[in-house]
Amino acid sequence: MEIRMPQLGESVTEGTIARWLVRPGDRVSRYQPIAEVITDKVTAEIPAPADGVIESLKVPEGETVPVGALIARMAAAEEGAAAGAAAEVGAGAAPTPSAAVGAIPSNGHPGPGGGPATEAAGTGRTRYSPAVMRLAQEHGIDLSQIRGTGLGGRVTRRDVERYLEELRAGRAPVPAVPGAGDGSQGAASGMAAQAVGDRSRGAAPGVEARPAGSTEPAPAGVPATPAWSYVPAAPVQVGAGDQPIPVGAGDQRIPVGPVRRRIAERMLQARREQPHAWTMVRADVTGLVALRNAIKDEFRAREGTELTYLPFLIKAVTESLREYPLLNSVWAGDEIVVRREIHISIAVATEDAVVVPVIKNADRLSIAGLAHAIHDLATRARAGRLTLEDVQGGTFTVNNTGAFGSYLSQPILNYPQAAILTMEAITKEPVVLENDAIAIRSMVNLCLSLDHRVLDGLICGRFLQAVKRRLEAYQPGQRVV
Amino acid sequence: MPVLQYIEAVRETLRAEMRRDPNVFILGEDVGKRGGVFRATQGLVDEFGEERVIDTPLTESAIVGVGIGAALYGLRPVCEIQFADFIWPAMNQILSEAARFRYRSYGTWFVPMVIRAPYGGGVHGGLYHSQSVEAHFAHSPGLKIVAPSTPADVAGLLRAAIRDDDPVLFFEHKGLYRAVKGEVPEGDYVVPIGKAEVRRDGRDITVFSYGKALHFCLEAASLVAAEGIDAMVVDLRSLRPLDEETILNAAARTGKVLIVHEDNAFMGIGAEVAALIAEKVLFELDAPIMRLCGPEVPAMPYAPPLEKWYMLSPEKVAAKMRELAAF
Repeated sequence: MEIRMPQLGESVTEGTIARWLVRPGDRVSRYQPIAEVITDKVTAEIPAPADGVIESLKVPEGETVPVGALIARMAAAEEGAAAGAAAEVGAGAAPTPSAAVGAIPSNGHPGPGGGPATEAAGTGRTRYSPAVMRLAQEHGIDLSQIRGTGLGGRVTRRDVERYLEELRAGRAPVPAVPGAGDGSQGAASGMAAQAVGDRSRGAAPGVEARPAGSTEPAPAGVPATPAWSYVPAAPVQVGAGDQPIPVGAGDQRIPVGPVRRRIAERMLQARREQPHAWTMVRADVTGLVALRNAIKDEFRAREGTELTYLPFLIKAVTESLREYPLLNSVWAGDEIVVRREIHISIAVATEDAVVVPVIKNADRLSIAGLAHAIHDLATRARAGRLTLEDVQGGTFTVNNTGAFGSYLSQPILNYPQAAILTMEAITKEPVVLENDAIAIRSMVNLCLSLDHRVLDGLICGRFLQAVKRRLEAYQPGQRVV
Repeated sequence: MPVLQYIEAVRETLRAEMRRDPNVFILGEDVGKRGGVFRATQGLVDEFGEERVIDTPLTESAIVGVGIGAALYGLRPVCEIQFADFIWPAMNQILSEAARFRYRSYGTWFVPMVIRAPYGGGVHGGLYHSQSVEAHFAHSPGLKIVAPSTPADVAGLLRAAIRDDDPVLFFEHKGLYRAVKGEVPEGDYVVPIGKAEVRRDGRDITVFSYGKALHFCLEAASLVAAEGIDAMVVDLRSLRPLDEETILNAAARTGKVLIVHEDNAFMGIGAEVAALIAEKVLFELDAPIMRLCGPEVPAMPYAPPLEKWYMLSPEKVAAKMRELAAF
């Protein structure tokens, strides 16, 4: 039975195997975690789909594969296993690890060195030539069923042709085992052949056990899940370019972990695919500063959390997004998708990374509600306890870069969102007022990066003015709930 | 069918064509009374006279330049370059004029000229009498290039070259001149330019070669046959144009391709054959395309041990065949 990279959330297209929690030969029970997977900066666990024995792991740790890619094979335990699982198993209905392994080799010969013909046999085993892949596709062959005679156990074109000849000669679907019964391995293969023959009776030649017994009906001769479907998505290159980076004697080398790599990929992807434009407005938040200072102690006592400026900003942003929904959208190739719901991603810095958890339906929350949501997400982000749910679905990103003392910043878009807004540090400055008087005011810069495919200066200017207007409207004495 | 040496096939075909067509004439260094340094034209001056077998000064640019002029005038010159190593002074005439006359005159003018040039090593010829030069010319549209490996092909291809209305470079491996004998069909035997020939059929690997290396490949195929490796050997013989159909069919037959030539690999004929196969029949391939070629050094060394190191041999080819078969 095949274990594939699950769809760990909407818009997730791939996952990185961070750690295998099992090894080939391990007995697992249904729902037992077998691997840790990293997607979108959070770690999830893949559960075993059934009781049984892990046969082989197809993806090394640290490798990223697309959703649906084969990551492991297991033999489900007999009758007691979940019905759906058992139906998929086919030849793998073997009760013990040794028997399960014995069912795999196909040409009937034991693998090199007498061992099982799994990919452990050699490096060439699971790398297929164009001719071999084409033949497998045309004839619907599971290449893992063929013992390779090439270099390092590679399955050669001739091996496939020979296998096809055997199939045509009626020794299908599992070729006869010379000397079957003269050893446990041969006996196991013989058993498997019997089981397979029963299951695939009536199927066209070339359809071996798995597709025939698969839960999804497969057209004759075409396997539901061809063995070559494992094609790693071309990763975004985050290399250092063509030139190797010279490393001096005292230089420190920090290995790039999955999270850092993920960040690098996302940043590069945004930079490459989204034409960034940037604009900024200044807002006079003297009133807001006074308001916050007046109520922050009472707020802490009442709500049990600090009152920062971020909830005010997010509220101003969500209300302005309702006014200008195009800012809450995404470029989709031949159309622009304007999101109905407003989910605000907030950038949270940890010591070695930045994550962007999402406040769902942020436009429906009060200032206090936003403060709680921010506190909750930020706390869990720093503790590394965000769930996949927490980081998905954002439609617009807000970043409080002023918290680092930044006065001006030029954010990279949070792919694929069309816009991102930063609030810079609030500083006291001499400002010329409307009546030409000069006054000391609390000023803040609001910086906006935008996907220029979706947005233009006019609408972004209006949106920023709307945010500015709302922030400037706060005055001491207003009630904050 | 008479059995002729490779060089005899050159001479007898020249003789037959000169008898057939009074427009055919020979020019080159020492081709007359001396009969050429290899004796390829021996006796022809006696039969056809000094006006049709012309001794030229030691000036390759003039040999080819005169040939081009004569060809434009309507004659069918067969230029002899004494050694392919000395063809460079005529490079400008060949590439800038002969190769592009038809194109440049919208088909009004053309150059029905043959340039014969002995090439190749393994004859203790050192740096200036051993080179393989075919790749330098194969790059140029407007030229046809043949490199026969058997006396029959010498006869058939030389006839085709002389009768062709466009310039043909006719490369004769000097190491085959007296080393190879074979039956040559009598009469008006023509081998069309642009056709490869399967010299040996096989199921395990496909080997492409030409010239003297082709014979190494056939010997190597016999060596490895005893070990159960069944090698198909294809004689390219026409280097431009390449016989795409035969090459692609042969490559697809086994999916494992080895290209062997004495010339070095970089940008060589093998690179073009490999690219052709990769472009057209990728999904027939079962192994990386391999090449076995001369080393990347400027020229054939003179010292016998170094010449031996430079040259291919049946043993070297057999080793590569085993490597490919095992993949």
